[in-house]
Amino acid sequence: MKAGLSTFDISGRAMAAQLVRMNAIASNLANAGTISATEQGAYRALKPVFSARFDGAAATVDVARMARTGTPEKKLDPNHPLADATGHVWAAAVDPNQEMVEMVETARAYANNVEVMSTARGLMLETLRIGK
Amino acid sequence: MTMLDTALGLSADALRLRAQRLDVIAGNIANSSTPGYKARDLDADGALARLQAARSSGFGAMMADQLGGGLQYRAALVPSIDGNTVEMATEQAAFAENAVKYRASLGFLTSRIQTIMSALKGGE
Repeated sequence: MKAGLSTFDISGRAMAAQLVRMNAIASNLANAGTISATEQGAYRALKPVFSARFDGAAATVDVARMARTGTPEKKLDPNHPLADATGHVWAAAVDPNQEMVEMVETARAYANNVEVMSTARGLMLETLRIGK
Repeated sequence: MTMLDTALGLSADALRLRAQRLDVIAGNIANSSTPGYKARDLDADGALARLQAARSSGFGAMMADQLGGGLQYRAALVPSIDGNTVEMATEQAAFAENAVKYRASLGFLTSRIQTIMSALKGGE
């Protein structure tokens, strides 16, 4: 094995990336349904953008940036304390159903990487005992 | 070194190839949600067969240095909309298969080492 990325680096980075994604989902869900007085102030869903990083034959994953997605929904609600002069408020651009699906996908991807790591760990420990 | 290579046979190179393939598949699993990532794989069985052929014709040491260069892209069963071709079921199967073959190579290597040790000790 060459001294570049080890299996632990590959899976470890991927687990970290999936945790970033899980954090983004948590903050999206926490902010679902929040109301803002201005369009700029309204919450927009956070999404991590993943990119592959290559090192020879090995490839791991990086979080290239965090993107703000979606457009806040303009709602007519004159009785809301935050309503502007025309009686409008802006609701956060978060789709809770989509976030829940992504949460399950993230958990599965994380578990897959844990499995890879524990298999690699087992194989390495067996290799250490070679010849015995 | 050459003598040790001959004594350990193909298993040592097989172990190295399996470790390389393990990393390649780990990379695929790591990138299961990266847009545009193309799943890759190492033809370890093919490389081993070529190495075995080279060994029998006496060019084994030369071949062993060039092992594992040929990465190939996996053809996706169902292409996904973001251009990612990692299919988790395929990768998991390949990973499990590779882990078993790694263990097998390790077993062969262990018994070869035990044989050599026994020969060194005069069969004690």
